[in-house]
Amino acid sequence: MDIAFVIEKFVLVAIIFGISLLIAMYSTYAERKVAAFLQDRLGPDRAGPFGILQPLADGVKMFMKEEIIPSNASKWLFMVGPGLAMLTACIGTAVIPWGSNITIGDRVIPLQVTDINVGILYIFGVVSLGVYGVMIGGWASNNKYSLLSAIRAASQNISYEIAMGLSIIALLLVTGTMSLKEIVEQQHGWHWNILYQPLGFVIFMVCAFAETNRAPFDLPECETELIGGYHTEYSSMKLGFYLFAEYINMFVSSAVMATLYFGGYNYPGMDWVLLHTGPVIGPLIGTFVFFIKIFAFIFFFMWVRWTIPRFRYDQLMHLGWKGLIPLAIANIIITGIVIAIIEKF
Amino acid sequence: MEPLTSKKKVLEQKPLTFAERMYLPAIAKGLSVTISHLFKKEATIRYPEVEREFSTNFRGMHSLKRDEQGRERCTACGLCALSCPAEAITMIAAERKPEEKELYREEKYAAVYEINMLRCIFCGLCEEACPKEAIYLDGPIVPADYLRKDFIYGKDKLVEQPLNK
Repeated sequence: MDIAFVIEKFVLVAIIFGISLLIAMYSTYAERKVAAFLQDRLGPDRAGPFGILQPLADGVKMFMKEEIIPSNASKWLFMVGPGLAMLTACIGTAVIPWGSNITIGDRVIPLQVTDINVGILYIFGVVSLGVYGVMIGGWASNNKYSLLSAIRAASQNISYEIAMGLSIIALLLVTGTMSLKEIVEQQHGWHWNILYQPLGFVIFMVCAFAETNRAPFDLPECETELIGGYHTEYSSMKLGFYLFAEYINMFVSSAVMATLYFGGYNYPGMDWVLLHTGPVIGPLIGTFVFFIKIFAFIFFFMWVRWTIPRFRYDQLMHLGWKGLIPLAIANIIITGIVIAIIEKF
Repeated sequence: MEPLTSKKKVLEQKPLTFAERMYLPAIAKGLSVTISHLFKKEATIRYPEVEREFSTNFRGMHSLKRDEQGRERCTACGLCALSCPAEAITMIAAERKPEEKELYREEKYAAVYEINMLRCIFCGLCEEACPKEAIYLDGPIVPADYLRKDFIYGKDKLVEQPLNK
């Protein structure tokens, strides 16, 4: 392992970390703008041109607020909670391939922090760890509403992770690999997995909504029932971390969806572009396309949030256990049969 | 309890159809409704920069009028203060000196004329009561401020600018 390799990875990690924080920051702005536009309003437009500095103003506000730790809270866990939520949200980006390899001179730089051969499992592990931040925060607050919310989040995540995993199994039957890099490479051009796994994609997306606690599955933070949800007792930047983690989760799950089902950095006509733009600009255009896909998903998340009312809790469980899980199993069986038939003939 | 009328409406709760249980068609319908609003004109008016057009008889901030020769019309008769249901108007009258003939139309004038904009209800009764056509509520919306004392508008804010200035 040479020193250039370490530097290269370090720079890549720093860039990805910075970008995910930036996107999370501007997601809060975009959320308010999208909400406003969908409701025939303007949204924030006072801080800077078009309100572009609004996230900075929000950040300053968050930092300046008084830090309150309830006297009966478990102090240590109370402080660990938001950090854990933030950490688990951020580390998911490590295995996502952001672009094809850049070649500078005779050095090949992959635009992916690490290409582990169980990338999907890693994503799953990280996503299921995400509930710990919520769980610990809700538990440590010593508040019945926070606790209720944490319990809701935990049971919701467990329920939807099953359907999510089952929908991925059908995808793995098609791709035959768990490495995200290879999955993306297989979708070269327009051979996107959405064409082979439309049902799997719908199931995966619904589960992703549930895993990120976004509407219509935002039961852990439904204001009408639980005051604020698991972060009722939080203030200052700790609250900011929880809200931030939600947006990073949204970003990561958008990236995963784009990677698994929408071809990652692949786009129709990419070979022609790659041939004409060279080995540095070409892959970066692919990365640009990938980010457009991610932004489209983030917009979709917001669009759905401002359209659909929240599920009732029994409806949520009903949909998860009686709707999505059987559907995902049926998807696996159908996919398996079709693959077996194709291989036979 | 006995029903009070013979009218009856049987509420029938039909079980959801398959499409309804799938949620997806209804969700797509909802999404199309919201996305159509993305392209509609927003109803917001960016207030301090843009002002809504008011009707011609809109009652806004008061102004104390001058006559054709630029003299203040108010003669401090106190009818406006008397008619004011919110008791927002106070004034102190003074006698005009010979050299002030160009400033005030009548021999008596208001040395101090104050309207408390926090009390005023913009009913326009002062305007109706004034025998000299000296006060009109034809200004803009009274702007916001931080201190109560800043809402008491004196003659510096109320009297119309002279024509030649």
